[in-house]
Amino acid sequence: MLGNAGTKSAGAGRFKLGTWGWVAVFVLAALVPLFGPSGYLLDIGVNIMIYAMLAYGMNVLLGYTGQLPLAHAGFFGIGAYTVGILTLKAGWSFWLAWPAAVALCAVLGLLLGLVAFRTKGDAFSIFTLGVGVIIMLVINKWDALTGGNEGLNGINPPAGLEVLSKGVGLKLSAGFYYLALIALILTVLAVARARGSVFGRSLIAIRGGEDLARSAGIDVFTHKLRAMMLSTAIAGFAGGVYAVYVGFLGSASAGPAMTFTVLLYLLAGGLGTLAGPLIGPALLYTLTQSLKGLQDYQYIVFGPLLVLLIMFAPQGLAGLWMKAQARRELAAVTGKKGAERA
Amino acid sequence: MPEVVQSEVLHSGSELLRVEGLGIRFGGLHAVKDVTASIPAGQITAIIGPNGAGKSTFFNLISGFYKPTSGRIVFQGQDITRLKTHEVVASGMARTFQTTTIYKELSVLENAMIGHRVRTRAGLLDALLRTGRERRDEQESRDAAMTALTRVGLAAHAARPAGAMTQEGQKRVGIAMALASNPKLLLLDEPAAGMNPEETVSLMTLIRELVAGGLTVTLVEHKMSLVMSLADHILVLHHGQKISEGLPAQVSRDPAVIEAYLGSHAHGGQMGQTATGAAPHA
Amino acid sequence: MSTFLQQLFNALALGGVYALVALGLTLVYGVMRVPNFAHGGLYMLGAYLSYAVLTGLGWGYVPALIISAIGVALLAAFMERVIFYPMRNAPHVHPMIAAIGVLFFLEAAVQLVWGPDFKQITEPVPGIVNVGGVIITWQRLLVIGASVVVMLGLNYFLKRTMTGATIEAMSQNREGARLVGVNTNRVGMMTFAISGALAAAAATLIAPIISVSPSMGEVMNLKVFAIIILGGMGSVPGAIVGAFLLALAEVFGGYYISLDFSDVIGFAMLVLVLALKPQGLFKRGT
Repeated sequence: MLGNAGTKSAGAGRFKLGTWGWVAVFVLAALVPLFGPSGYLLDIGVNIMIYAMLAYGMNVLLGYTGQLPLAHAGFFGIGAYTVGILTLKAGWSFWLAWPAAVALCAVLGLLLGLVAFRTKGDAFSIFTLGVGVIIMLVINKWDALTGGNEGLNGINPPAGLEVLSKGVGLKLSAGFYYLALIALILTVLAVARARGSVFGRSLIAIRGGEDLARSAGIDVFTHKLRAMMLSTAIAGFAGGVYAVYVGFLGSASAGPAMTFTVLLYLLAGGLGTLAGPLIGPALLYTLTQSLKGLQDYQYIVFGPLLVLLIMFAPQGLAGLWMKAQARRELAAVTGKKGAERA
Repeated sequence: MPEVVQSEVLHSGSELLRVEGLGIRFGGLHAVKDVTASIPAGQITAIIGPNGAGKSTFFNLISGFYKPTSGRIVFQGQDITRLKTHEVVASGMARTFQTTTIYKELSVLENAMIGHRVRTRAGLLDALLRTGRERRDEQESRDAAMTALTRVGLAAHAARPAGAMTQEGQKRVGIAMALASNPKLLLLDEPAAGMNPEETVSLMTLIRELVAGGLTVTLVEHKMSLVMSLADHILVLHHGQKISEGLPAQVSRDPAVIEAYLGSHAHGGQMGQTATGAAPHA
Repeated sequence: MSTFLQQLFNALALGGVYALVALGLTLVYGVMRVPNFAHGGLYMLGAYLSYAVLTGLGWGYVPALIISAIGVALLAAFMERVIFYPMRNAPHVHPMIAAIGVLFFLEAAVQLVWGPDFKQITEPVPGIVNVGGVIITWQRLLVIGASVVVMLGLNYFLKRTMTGATIEAMSQNREGARLVGVNTNRVGMMTFAISGALAAAAATLIAPIISVSPSMGEVMNLKVFAIIILGGMGSVPGAIVGAFLLALAEVFGGYYISLDFSDVIGFAMLVLVLALKPQGLFKRGT
């Protein structure tokens, strides 16, 4: 029962590009639209950033807290549809609807957690998968509100985004790119802060062994609830960007297939790392887009890839790098110890 | 009489924890049945008994890990029977586990900091907004963890991965994690398991130091040598029930205890160890 | 009254199929502690294998059922050897994620081979029968009869044979079984094979009533998981009772409330039960 306290995972959070590394990555990303790239390239960029946000949200629960949430895309859908419905039907500004969607997802995440965390481990995942399907079905069947099968059409770009973009001599697509980039930066900042805090350390403790965490005095249930809220709020945050970016919503974007795609991206990048949720989508989404033939049957490749990753490199690419670094550190430590003895 | 005792909680020998009619059933089986006992403050209490006597279960009951099906637990005059595990820790009781159950992938310091979480209040919002409380709590966790590591003699190893420590080192990390919660009562579940005699002696020294510093320690232990030389007070369980309680010398002469150990074939050797283990006692 | 009986027969047929699929899932969970998300994929594959034997080879319904059951059993055993056995000591979310990967692969592979369209399997015994005023198709009677026979067979296997007793012992206490010297290594593979065979048989039985499609496994997956959570994960009687409860709720809920939401009823039940009894209706003995 307590035996899994020391999981094989190397310490999370130790893998950091460092603050300056992140600044460099984001500055480079911010420079991209200035070189007048094709709309196609910017589109790939925006999609990667939306997937990355989703992966960051999932990482809070799966990577840091050790809980596999399978309703994740459901909250992405709720965030997107909330923005879509509030702007289209209630006439709200995107800039109000977006935070409202985030708040709604956080509250719904809390409600889900209150029931779902009464179950543990496997049952939790299965339960959330069921909830994910219910969310998709409700979106699909509630014609009056969501447009049902027809979807939700004609969501406008955020007020002022076009004017702002044109004002500085850029296309609207570049404006969307910057919107997504800023949202991504906020997401990374929030997740990094949460991970590096007293709160985040408690999540890592829960991941390492729930019974041990409980005995060490951690209120496991409350911490899981908060992690769930952060995770679903981020999913809703990403959903808001997605809604205004594509302008059209269908219920499939809220379904389990979307959740599994995010899971695959997260695993490829690196579970429980800060860079992984960005690396995974950047590599795999680009790969899917560049191999057109792959798109229809991508899971012939991605299914086995998911299996191989979880079997042989559960910490993904970032984890492999981290493991190599840990090995160097350990070599340094044992080397020093040997020297002391000698 | 108990009222008088409560006002003197901190005096050595007064009652720190009391269990009344404590019991738990798993299915039809009484793992622990109707145990009434008390743990005196400022002393080392050992819980012993043949294998399957219910020692670990009893331990899990007082630390709030299992919920009893009958009886109650009073700690520092407060009824803690129905508290959740983390609330029991908050009330001033911390524990370690039989095996070296710690966070092996985290640093020694982080392990100890996790133990201090129960004393801090900063939550998710504090983390996101980097509030003053977050910064204070983080600093306080670090300080408390370093203090705990100093107490167990691991301050110099703070930055090492806990999994890279020796068996004994990992036991100390576990104790530091418990100490970081600033407990009144420390529960050690078979602290000497898997240790060589040298390590055992060094661990005994540590336990004595902690008690000298005002802590109350209760331990479950198989090694009779350790128990007889270390404990001030012994509680003997057999088939989930208390069969004897008192000073080590009294308990080891108690016919009921001798019979229990002799009757349990596999553990005849344990009492035998008292003889060989008498050396460190002197 | 006859409508009620009619619906009851429908529910029994559906419950029988659910029970066969859920039994395999709960046995695998009990023995391996793996929530096999690929189980729905095995079920779906079973339907396609039968379809292939029936239309490709032109053989009969019974040979199709047997070949499909054997084929899926072999694949499930292979999966256990190559994926789940090596991961037996990994953190519990890892095998779950691997199973999701397998599910995706199976769906994509079936779609590649047979295409995304619906396929139809014709009823082996067409027509209807009048049982005391209640009209029921032969196929539904066949489903009820066959699932009862298979369940009795499984019960005999678990209670009366050495291997079966071992599986049951392990699902109740893995460590205990290891201590008694049971070869736990091979039992996992056996259990996976049995679960695959049960899923394929269930799929072949119900295929003539519903149509066969690559996504048929996803829906079934969710339902049988709901069932085994309801019944207590790893519990054999729990899976059977849960299966018939869900079928009754769906059929009567769909008839008296709304067909649109009959698929949601199971999950609503699940949410309700978990909110009240997080351990499920039948808590497993430890």
